Amino acid sequence: MSIAEKFATMEYGPAPEDPKEATAWLDRHVRRFGHFINGAWQKPSADGYFDSVDPSNGEKLASVAQGSTADVDAAVKAARAASPKWQALTPHIRARYLYAIARQVQKHSRLFAVLETMDNGKPIRESRDIDIPLVTRHFYHHAGWAQLLEQEFPEYVACGVVGQIIPWNFPLLMLAWKIAPALATGNTVVLKPAEFTPLTALLFAEICQEVALPAGVVNIVTGDGTTGEALVKHPDLDKIAFTGSTEVGRAIRAATAPSHKRLSLELGGKSPFIVFEDADLDGTVEGLVDGIWFNQGQVCCAGSRLLVQESVADVLIAKVRDRMSSLRIGPPLDKAIDIGPIIAGVQLDRIRRLVDQGVA
Amino acid sequence: MSADYDQSRGVAHDLIRRDTINSETPEHAITELAGRPLLPNTGIPLDLDYVTNVRVNTSAVERRAQTHVARRTVKKDWQAAWLLRAITCMDLTTLSGDDTDDRVRRLCAKGRQPIRQDLVEKLGIAELDIKVAAICVYHTFIETALHALEGTRIHVAAVSTGFPAGLSPLAERVAEIRRSVEAGAHEIDVVITRAHVFGGRWQALYDEIAAFKQACGSAHMKVILGTGDLLTLRNVARASRVAMMAGADFIKTSTGKESTNATLPVGFVMTRAIREYAQLTGMAVGFKPAGGIRTAKQSLDWLSMMKEELGLSWVRGELFRFGASGLLGDIERQLEHHVTGRYSAEHRHPMA
Repeated sequence: MSIAEKFATMEYGPAPEDPKEATAWLDRHVRRFGHFINGAWQKPSADGYFDSVDPSNGEKLASVAQGSTADVDAAVKAARAASPKWQALTPHIRARYLYAIARQVQKHSRLFAVLETMDNGKPIRESRDIDIPLVTRHFYHHAGWAQLLEQEFPEYVACGVVGQIIPWNFPLLMLAWKIAPALATGNTVVLKPAEFTPLTALLFAEICQEVALPAGVVNIVTGDGTTGEALVKHPDLDKIAFTGSTEVGRAIRAATAPSHKRLSLELGGKSPFIVFEDADLDGTVEGLVDGIWFNQGQVCCAGSRLLVQESVADVLIAKVRDRMSSLRIGPPLDKAIDIGPIIAGVQLDRIRRLVDQGVA
Repeated sequence: MSADYDQSRGVAHDLIRRDTINSETPEHAITELAGRPLLPNTGIPLDLDYVTNVRVNTSAVERRAQTHVARRTVKKDWQAAWLLRAITCMDLTTLSGDDTDDRVRRLCAKGRQPIRQDLVEKLGIAELDIKVAAICVYHTFIETALHALEGTRIHVAAVSTGFPAGLSPLAERVAEIRRSVEAGAHEIDVVITRAHVFGGRWQALYDEIAAFKQACGSAHMKVILGTGDLLTLRNVARASRVAMMAGADFIKTSTGKESTNATLPVGFVMTRAIREYAQLTGMAVGFKPAGGIRTAKQSLDWLSMMKEELGLSWVRGELFRFGASGLLGDIERQLEHHVTGRYSAEHRHPMA
């Protein structure tokens, strides 16, 4: 198509982010990853791998280890062994590690963003401008808290070893939410990233190596729900932290109830978006767009229910429809895309079923 | 359109009739909105409810403007094509106290041939015959500009009505417009009395603009709101509505002489007002951001805003203009970079 034709159509055209650095990183690992246990890569004991795929094209990105009970046990043992020394460090020394992690993530932020987009499908604009910068800020933030720990929380002691299970919607950001405060307060962790999106957690493991974090302080075991279950049921954990579906949250609550394990849960919701007739309706539409289409709507607090005062309902819905026609759907590595792919086929099927149900 | 909506926006009754007339006469349509043909704006009676009911959530607009810039980009050949489009939507302007006939002539020459011939050839766009949309000058230079632009379709726009303050007596401002139209200007940029907006004197504002419109006759009237002076986005939205009801062919952000001129948040408020007015009346009003748009990148942001808020059929010189003097130089520079892979110094792209 010539420039003259483009002059007539005024299409946006492609604006792809270069995936070169991320693919080179995957290739350096021969596209196969073990678990990160006790500061080193370890092959899965049961010899199983599963694929992590790019949801925008279904292509396999890498083979990732499927964590067995034995793998989880090895990771918990490593975390337990590392715990006394890590806890005994002064908070200022722990802060130093957290600052180092923050700086390394910041330094490699482009690589993290591209890898996150490839593995998760979120638009590069979001991983580049939101996810990864927030990750960095979380580590800086909690490094600061580590320094203030003795002063602000004088009576508190660390939990010990924490098992952490995170979802696929903000893979690295959820990792940061879990790992940064745990390390700041003197805990050691075993983290299981979601099976759809393990890659940035594995890149993060490499960052832990680069900053010479003591072995066993951060352990990353990949796998599906059974790996998560093995982690939840492991007897030598002091706390479980979980972010994900309400259903799984309930199961974890039931599983940990008879034990000494402490528990924090961050689960899903159906958040209402309420509009009154005196609102700026165009502004409302933008709020709605951010609320429901940010990260393909895959957000626990997405504004998934719209409650509108009747007097403006027709007008608002017409405006929403107009606005939807200018949202751009496409490959998430494109810098001018608003909506990328849904995380996986199963999830897309589920959404389709729900929509069909709503229509019928 | 629901009955409730009609009541809350009192104009609607009158408009529904107009609505049916419009859809029967698409051959006079100048553009469309979501498939509906739109006629040129002839104005409607002032509806005070329509003016005062406006709600603008400033932080929501600012957020939209902020993320819009990060959400959209055009690269390579597409970028070149968009920049060419920007040129065809340009009111190439000189409005300085030291303007001379020769400067206006040079500006017109630039407007006739905005891109160097070798670049045109290398871009393969000779057939497009890229020219600016209009040359915008003070009344004094209308004749000079008309001469210099003979044989082209480039319009001559004159700023009348005591530009840029707009505070000379009304009769004189109207007479000024008449003189400019008689001198042959195709387009007249008029300035509103900002004090009417601050005082909420909408009838006075409406009457003033309607008087300007009458004086313009068949010349296109662009109404400068002075958005930098108006201070709040709600004022901008209200003034936009009054100007459109009074018959503006274009609404224009600012004179270029205020401390803040065209900003994207103001652009969103004005284009949304245009969209709403089109939906209500079936009539199309153009939009002209002016002042402060100096870089090629900025022009792309404005073009994509127009494309998303009003649609592709609005992104052309008939309905969208940049009021700019330095912008063309940067666009030409970017096009040269597109062709050669190298940036040239700004002084190699003189304007006038």
